[in-house]
Order: sequence, then C-alpha cells, then structure tokens
Amino acid sequence: MSTKSSWPLRALKGFGMFWWDFLVGDTPELFVAAVVTIVIIDLVSRVGHHNSLAVWLLPILAVVSFSTSVWRAVSKARKK
Amino acid sequence: MPFLATTVSSGVLVLVGAVFLASAVEMVEALTIVVAVGHTRGWRSALQGVGVALVALAALVAAFGPALVHVPLSALRLIVGGVLLIFGMQWLRKAVLRSAGLKAKHDEDEIYRETVAELEAAGTTPARDRIAFVMAFKGVFLEGLEVVITVLTLGTSAHRLGLATVVAAVAVVLVGGVGIAVSRQLSAVPENAMKMTVGILLVSYGTFWTGEGLSVKWPGNDTFLVACVAIYAVVTWALVVLVKPKARPSVEVAA
Repeated sequence: MSTKSSWPLRALKGFGMFWWDFLVGDTPELFVAAVVTIVIIDLVSRVGHHNSLAVWLLPILAVVSFSTSVWRAVSKARKK
Repeated sequence: MPFLATTVSSGVLVLVGAVFLASAVEMVEALTIVVAVGHTRGWRSALQGVGVALVALAALVAAFGPALVHVPLSALRLIVGGVLLIFGMQWLRKAVLRSAGLKAKHDEDEIYRETVAELEAAGTTPARDRIAFVMAFKGVFLEGLEVVITVLTLGTSAHRLGLATVVAAVAVVLVGGVGIAVSRQLSAVPENAMKMTVGILLVSYGTFWTGEGLSVKWPGNDTFLVACVAIYAVVTWALVVLVKPKARPSVEVAA
C-alpha cells in the first residue's frame, strides 16, 4: 500500500494547516479569547438585550485579551 | 446630509487604510523572497513562479468571491469579525513585541538571508530551475493568500468589494514598483510601524463586524469604527511604553 496520500487529500490537509497557522499559530490564547468574547457578547446582546453593555464590553474584552497575550510573551522573554 | 457623508467616509477611510497597508506589508514580504530567488538563482524561473502564483490567486478569488455574496450578511460579518479580531490581535502583539525589542525588527533582512542560504545550499542552477520556481511561487502565493483573505472579508462585509480590490491592486503595484527600483533595500521600509497600524485597523474592524454579526447597535453607526481605532491606538501606545525596557538608554541612529 502506498504511504503517499492523494493530491485532493494533501490539498485539504494543506488548506486546514493554513487556517490553523493563520488563526491559532503560536498564539492559541488569542484564538480562545476571541471565541470566549464572541460567546459573552452573544449572551449579553442577543440573549440579555443589554446593548449598551455589549458596546463597551466588546472592545474591553479585546483589549484585555491582547494585553494579557503581550504580557505573557514579555514575561516569558524576560525569564529566558 | 453632512452627518451621513461623515459616517460613510470614516468607514471607507478605515477600509481603504486597512486594505492598502495590509496588502503593502504582504507585498513587501513576498517581494523580499522573489528578489532573493531572482538574485541567487536567476530571474526566469522566479518570475515564472510569480506568474503561476498570481494565476492561482486569481482562480481562488474567482471561485470564492462570488460564493461569499450568498452567505447571510450577519453570519458573514460574525465570521469575518472573529477572523479579523484574531488576525489583528496577532499583528498588534508582534508589533508591540518588536517595538519593545523582544522580537527581531527587520524581518526582511532575515527572510532574505534565509532564502539565499537555502537556495545556495540547493547547488547548481539548471536552465529550468524547479527550486527557484517553487520558492517564488510559495512566497507569492502564501503572502498573496493573506491579501486575498483581507480583501474578500473586508470588502464583502462592507459591500465594497470593488473598492477593496482596487485599493489592494494599487498597493501591490506601488510596492512592487518601488521594491523593484530599490531591489535589495526592502528592509528600509518601516514595516513595524505599518504592521502596528494594520493591526489597529484590523482589530477595529474585527470589533465592529463581530458586534454587527451579534446584533450590537453601535452608537453613531460606522463612526464608532473611528472610536475603536482611537481606543486601540491608545492601548497599543501604552503597552509599547510599558513593556519597553527602561534601564537601557535608547540611541537614535540617523539614517
């Protein structure tokens, strides 16, 4: 049996790998944070109908996620 | 109505800025690889690789562009918003770390050196150089794919796919022309400042479309994008100041 996979399978794998690298890559915490942010805003806006809270919560969550990721990278780099 | 004109132009302005800078940055990266391949292995196969990559990218746009129009707008905006939010935060994170000196600043020099070393290790150059072709193809296709994603997502969500395409084309032609003229001095491009600006614009658009996809009613509609840009710019600036090492005296070297 040949160990080489067919080209559609390889193309599919390559496509999947591209999106994995594009969205997750070496910062999985940003991916998780974005998903959690979407779930929270969905609950606040669509379920809870608190539009004004969602308006400010969305940028605040983005700022917290991004700042935390930067802070993690900085402390990791300084420990080395 | 002057208010309507202001809201439309602020949204368009952010769209044009984001697409232009993102396309320009990706073009600089692709061009660095192509120039390295051309200088090391010869231009014929390198340019053939560029040509085939451009055809492949055009085929992708032709296949997926019209399909995106049929996706329900709120779902499209949520997906696009999520992708832009993640992508923008990744760019901003890298730009802040570069400003703080925790990540190498001039990527182009490193990319150029790595590509040249890889090509030189591959040995002699035949008339039809497969390695040069593949390297140039990969460089243009992968960087171009990011331009395509930016143009398709931002353009479709804002109902301005034509404008986004034209802006990206202008950026690619402009950077391509300047890049060919300056050849190996692509590291002189202020890439980190451009990446930081793109990161701020992408996170702003990501926030805006994610909210739109989740039925959030933004105060001032499109004008809120400008508020997002201002918020993220201030936060980025504050982070750069906070993470920059204070003990080390900064020495400005005149160019």
